[in-house]
Amino acid sequence: MKLSTFKKGVHPREYKQFAENKNIEKMGLPKEVFVPLIQHIGTPCTPIVKKRDVVKAGQLIGEGKGFISSKIHAPISGVVKTIDNFAHPNGSSGQMIHIVGNGEADWNADPAENVDWEKLSKEELIKKVNDAGIVGMGGAAFPSHVKLQPPKDKKIDVFIINGCECEPYLTADHRMMVEQAEEIILGVRIIMKALDVTKALIGIENNKPDAIEIMTKVSQSYNGITILPLKVKYPQGAEKMLIKAAVNREVPTGALPMDVGAVVNNVGTAIGVAEAVVKNKPLIERVVTVTGDGVKEPKNVLARIGTPFRELIEFCGGLKEDAAKILMGGPMMGVTQYTMDVPVIKATSGILCLSRKSAPVLEEYACLQCGTCVNACPMNLLPTRISRAVDYSKFEMAEQLGAMNCIECGCCVFACPSNIPIVQKIRIGKLKINELKKS
Amino acid sequence: MDYTSLAQAVLSMGGIGLVFALLLALANKKLKVEEDPKIEKVEDLLPGANCGACGLPGCSACAVALVNGKVDLSICPVADASDLEEIGQLLGLETVDTKRQVAVVLCQGGNTNVKKKAEYDGIKTCLGATFASGGERACNYGCIGYGDCVAVCPFDAIHMNKEGLPVVDRNKCTGCNNCVLACPRNVIELHPVSSHVFVLCNNKDSGKNARQVCKTACIACKICVKADESGGFEVKDNLAFVDHTKYDKEYEIPTEKCPTKAIVIVGDKGEK
Repeated sequence: MKLSTFKKGVHPREYKQFAENKNIEKMGLPKEVFVPLIQHIGTPCTPIVKKRDVVKAGQLIGEGKGFISSKIHAPISGVVKTIDNFAHPNGSSGQMIHIVGNGEADWNADPAENVDWEKLSKEELIKKVNDAGIVGMGGAAFPSHVKLQPPKDKKIDVFIINGCECEPYLTADHRMMVEQAEEIILGVRIIMKALDVTKALIGIENNKPDAIEIMTKVSQSYNGITILPLKVKYPQGAEKMLIKAAVNREVPTGALPMDVGAVVNNVGTAIGVAEAVVKNKPLIERVVTVTGDGVKEPKNVLARIGTPFRELIEFCGGLKEDAAKILMGGPMMGVTQYTMDVPVIKATSGILCLSRKSAPVLEEYACLQCGTCVNACPMNLLPTRISRAVDYSKFEMAEQLGAMNCIECGCCVFACPSNIPIVQKIRIGKLKINELKKS
Repeated sequence: MDYTSLAQAVLSMGGIGLVFALLLALANKKLKVEEDPKIEKVEDLLPGANCGACGLPGCSACAVALVNGKVDLSICPVADASDLEEIGQLLGLETVDTKRQVAVVLCQGGNTNVKKKAEYDGIKTCLGATFASGGERACNYGCIGYGDCVAVCPFDAIHMNKEGLPVVDRNKCTGCNNCVLACPRNVIELHPVSSHVFVLCNNKDSGKNARQVCKTACIACKICVKADESGGFEVKDNLAFVDHTKYDKEYEIPTEKCPTKAIVIVGDKGEK
């Protein structure tokens, strides 16, 4: 059978062998956590606790104004030491709530309290998702309750679950599908009810046969849920590419998936939704892949939000001597870190530790005009033209060339034989275009 | 050889040429656009650097705006006072007494003073580095050191020194604002050339954190505020700054006791 996919894209080596067969390990409670007030797309949270307040695990500690925002909860029980600026894994610094654990009762779901979700109305389900602070766990961290409430004039007819995990190295979603298939399917059913759709597609790249098998087995007993094996190609897990592959619809320029009647969520989000609705559990922990050839024992770790990277890496045996680069996320879209003191946030799908051999410093050469990046760009842009426009500070031209449609997947840089940091330049262009629009 | 065909060609081409020449001459008379001769004169007096400090597309556009009375003489911060006066006489505009402003780099965090946090091998521009945790220097507020300000200066008035910090040539600087806009950390500010005392730091972190990353960071200890009686020193957001309208000593720092030597005299006495 020919597997469906999207046009263009690239084929990076997978490097999944580091952690793909390792069970998710639960990490012990961290001594201290740093919970950033901004971990999602939208308005930042305002803290509702003060310095020296005693908080309990799972307690609400921050909420944001406006519709597009998300709540944050205390990942451990302890005392708020301070609310100050700390290094943020997105590459800047940001306000964080620093909680020092006091060893008191941890979050514990009362098994008797299992909620019968089928009796709840659509609105109640969405409220529970909002209260638990669920965001898209694939990397963008878009608040989930917003996705579940599309405007009235947008008719949603298909719900797509993203189990592609197309970034090399990362295996968190893969392990979740193998180990927590029941919960994923439960989450999918809850979201289907909230969205009022009867059809759900679970897209999984074909390099995870065990996940496809288990998910197929679990989903068989429910109507409307189909497992869709997809061709292995980067960026198969990008929202727009997945929609194209799964239902053959193209999201127009500047539009959202809901404009073509689709909603996409990550498998981790489905688990988050299931736990939020059935166990009333807020999003205080997530599965993080700690991997790469720079860490001693690559693992998939269930860690609390706010745990410093340092503790997670130590949990995985520490760094090897030749470790040279640490990224949050995968090698294609991940953010380089300069310190291991940054905390795990809701969008941290992995911590990638690379040796100098795997992350060499490449010399940049002049553009050959070869068009390899054009052939690679899944958004059908002209990356070489846009990056050149940015080089010459012609930001209006960059905008005309569609710079704002760039999904920053990095295919162009991966493909470029001259090692030109094309996507980095496009990001500069996007920043400047936004600045020009504001002024 | 047939001379008649040759003659025909020469005559017909010549004739056509003559007709078009006449048409062009007529059109020149009929369709002539009267341009104010003042515009050309004003443009000649303007600096001609097309730096964009006036906010218009260049000196030519600035000249048009001046002649049409849409703007006053303060629009060009770059031109010499004598040139501005001449333009004023020409157009009957009042000369505005503009104090010459020059750029001041409010950071001393060069390669030896500020800690290095990591190796950076991304795009070697300050703007590019802001996407990757702000380059190699540990200070999140200070100069990044890749010289975006140097690249945009149309007057060759700003250069990187050995420490990797931009140094402004106060004689060449015209205050055109380009470097101020180019700096992603807002480290560069424009100040009148008569102001000499500055707190050269932009770090708004608490004193402890600032001291950890940089030897010459302002730690907001307020020693300068107490030492200076004129009230010219203030501390806001963990950062001291000089209010030059109040500070009464032009070329003297209020105290030698600044623990990090963040207060510095910039430029030569009596500059104009």
